[in-house]
Amino acid sequence: MTERLEIKNLFKVFSSTPGPALAMLAKGRGKSEIFEKLGVVVGLNNVSLSVPQGAVYMIMGLSGSGKSTFARCINRLNEPSAGQVLLDGRDIVPLGEAELREVRRTRISMVFQHFALLPNKRVIENVEFGLKLRGVAAAERRRRAEEVLSVVGLARWGYHYPHELSGGMRQRVGLARALATDADILIMDEAFSALDPLIRTEMQDELLRLQRTLNKTILFITHDFQEALKLGTRIAIMSEGEVVRDGTPQSIVLEPGSDYVAAFTREIDRSRLFDARLAMRPAEPVLQSEQGTLVSEAGGFGFMLDGNGKVLGVLDAIELGRARASGEVGTLSTDYVSVPPGAKLIEVARSYRDGRPIAVVDDEGRFIGSLGADDILARIASTAPQTVTGERHVQS
Amino acid sequence: MFKADDLAVFPIDLWIQQGVSWVALNLRPIFLAIKWPVESLLGLNDWLFHAVHFPIFVVGFFLLAWRLSTLGIAAFSAVSLIVIAMLGVWNEAMTTLSLISTAIVFCAVVGIPIGIWCARSDRVWNVVRPILDIMQTTPSFVYLVPVVMLFGVGTVPGEVAVVTAAAPPLIRFTNLGIRMVEREIVEAGLAFGADRRQLLFEIQLPLAIPTILGGLNQTVLTAMVLSVVVAMIGAEGLGLVVLQGLGRLDVGRAAVGGIAIVLLAMMLDRITQQLATPTKSGRPTERVSLFRTVGRVFRGERPDETVAVGPQAKEAL
Repeated sequence: MTERLEIKNLFKVFSSTPGPALAMLAKGRGKSEIFEKLGVVVGLNNVSLSVPQGAVYMIMGLSGSGKSTFARCINRLNEPSAGQVLLDGRDIVPLGEAELREVRRTRISMVFQHFALLPNKRVIENVEFGLKLRGVAAAERRRRAEEVLSVVGLARWGYHYPHELSGGMRQRVGLARALATDADILIMDEAFSALDPLIRTEMQDELLRLQRTLNKTILFITHDFQEALKLGTRIAIMSEGEVVRDGTPQSIVLEPGSDYVAAFTREIDRSRLFDARLAMRPAEPVLQSEQGTLVSEAGGFGFMLDGNGKVLGVLDAIELGRARASGEVGTLSTDYVSVPPGAKLIEVARSYRDGRPIAVVDDEGRFIGSLGADDILARIASTAPQTVTGERHVQS
Repeated sequence: MFKADDLAVFPIDLWIQQGVSWVALNLRPIFLAIKWPVESLLGLNDWLFHAVHFPIFVVGFFLLAWRLSTLGIAAFSAVSLIVIAMLGVWNEAMTTLSLISTAIVFCAVVGIPIGIWCARSDRVWNVVRPILDIMQTTPSFVYLVPVVMLFGVGTVPGEVAVVTAAAPPLIRFTNLGIRMVEREIVEAGLAFGADRRQLLFEIQLPLAIPTILGGLNQTVLTAMVLSVVVAMIGAEGLGLVVLQGLGRLDVGRAAVGGIAIVLLAMMLDRITQQLATPTKSGRPTERVSLFRTVGRVFRGERPDETVAVGPQAKEAL
C-alpha cells in the first residue's frame, strides 16, 4: 500500500501571530498554559498521521479535541500554522491560491455535517457544483452528475430541490457532490452525525458498499466510537489537539493504552468487532499418521489434517484419548463447524452448535486454529484493565 | 454669570459655508457628472409614466404587481391607482412614481456593489458603517441643504437627495445578507475550489437575495418619504400638492396629497415586501434565486409555486 496522504508534525494555533505559541509548544508547554499566558487557542499540537491509499481513516474525538480543525487543515480551509501535509509526497501547505484551488477541485473533496447544499439549486445542480467550478462543459457535467446520482440511489430525485428530500437523502446528495469530482481523497466531517440512528446505520452501510467499488482514501471525522469501529480500517483518537492513540479498531479495543481511550472502549460490543482470528487458539499436534496430522484443540476435540493442512475430520474427546493411547486414529466424524478467520465473533456464535468444535479455516481451506465457546465468551467479556491505583474507599 | 452662549467661539457655520461654496465653485464638473445620469433617467421615466394612458397603466401595473406578488396585492394596487386618479392628482402621482423608480435603479446600481464590497472586507465595512449611521440618523430635510448648494433647486436635485437618502438600507442589507450566508455552505464552496468570483456569484449573492430584497423594501419606503420632502427644494410630485396645501392653509388640498401618498406607499411596500418573502411555507432553507425572482416578472409564475417539476419527475408521474 502506498501512502496517499501523509501529515507530518502539523500544528494549528488560532492566532495571526502563531510564533510565540508555537515556541511554547516546542518547549512542551500544555494547551491550557498557553491559553492562560498568551490567550491563544491551540487547535492542533504536533499531529502526524499517514493515510494509505484506500484506507478509511477515522479521526475520533470529543468536541473541542481538534478533529474538525485537523480535517480542515488537510484541504486548508484552516491554514496550518506549521507542519506538512503531503499529498502523494507533495507538500500542499506552501501552495499558492491557484494551485490550492486545483488540488481542491481535482484531488480532495469534502462532505459536511449539515450537508451544506445550495438550497436554491436543484439536486442535480448541487451534484454538478464541483464540476461547474472546474469549468466542465454543461452537457458533460450533467451526464456525470446523473451517473453519480444513480450510484448513490437518487437517480429519480435530480430535478427536485434539497428541501424536498429527507436528511439521509440530502447527505447522499452531499456524498454524490463529493464523488462527482473524481477526487481520490474524501474528507467526511461528521458526515452522518446529524442523521437519526436508523438512517445513520443505513448511510454507514452505504458508504462501506460504495467504498468496496470506489476505493477512495477517506478521512472520516466522528465523535462516535461505534461509528469509528464500524467504518474504519484505522482509527486515530484525538484529545486536546493531539493524537493520543492510533491503530486498527481491534488493536485499540484490545490495548487502549490510556484511561481516556479505555473510556470509549469499555462499553463497545466486542462480539461485532473481534474476529475469529483474534479469539482462536492454535492446536497442538498429537500424532502423525499416514493419513496426516492429528491436532488437539482446547475443547478436547481433535482435528485430523491432511498434508496440505485441510481438515479431514474430527475426533471427540473419547476417540482422541483412545488415539493418544494407541497411536491409531479411529473413525473420523464430520460433525464440526468451520468459520473464516475474518468472521466476527457474533457470526461465529450464531453458527455455534452445542458440543461441536469450531475450526478456523483460511481461504484455501487450511486449518489455522480452533475456537471453543469459552474462547468466544472470554473475548466478548474482555475489558481493558482498569487502573484504580490511588483510589480508596473509606467507609464511615 | 457665565453663560453657555459665551462658549460659542467656533465659527463652524462660517467654515462650512465657505467650504461648500468652494466645493460648489471648483468641483462643479463632478456634480454635473453626477447629475447627468440622474437627469437622463428621471427624464425618461417621467416621460414614460406620463405618456402611458391611464387605463393601460392601471392594467399594466395590475399585471406586474400580480406577477411580482399576489392577486390580492395587485387588486389593491389597481384600486389605489384608480382612487388616486379620482382624487385628481394622477399627474403628480406619476411624477412621484418616476422619482421613486429612478431612485430604485440608482440605489441598486450603487448600493448593491458597495454592499458586496463591505461584506468582503472588514476594513471597508468599518469605514462605510459610520457613514451609513450618520446618513440614516440625519433628519431627512437636512439633506436638502448641501444638495441645494451643490446641485441647485428643482426636481433633479430633489432626485439626488432621494437617491442619497435611500441607498443606505440597501447597502446595509446587502452586506448583512452576504455575511449571514451559512459558514458551512461558504466552506463547501471553498472546499470544492471556488475562486472569489465564483464564491460570490454561485453562493453568496444567490443566498443573500431575500435579505437584499428586504433592503430594497426599506429603500423604496425611504425614497417614498424623501420624494415628498424634496418638494421643499422645488421638486414636483405629490409632495408639492401637500406643500401648496400647507402654504395656502388649504387643508383639503393637503389631505388629498396626503391620501395619495399613503396609498402609493402602501402599494409599493406590499409589493416589495412580497418579493422578499420567498414562499408560503417559510422554511428557513427555502430561498429564491435571482433568476427566479426576475423570471417571475416575465413568466407569470406565482411565488408560492416554487417547486418546479423536472422532466424526470414528470416521467415518474
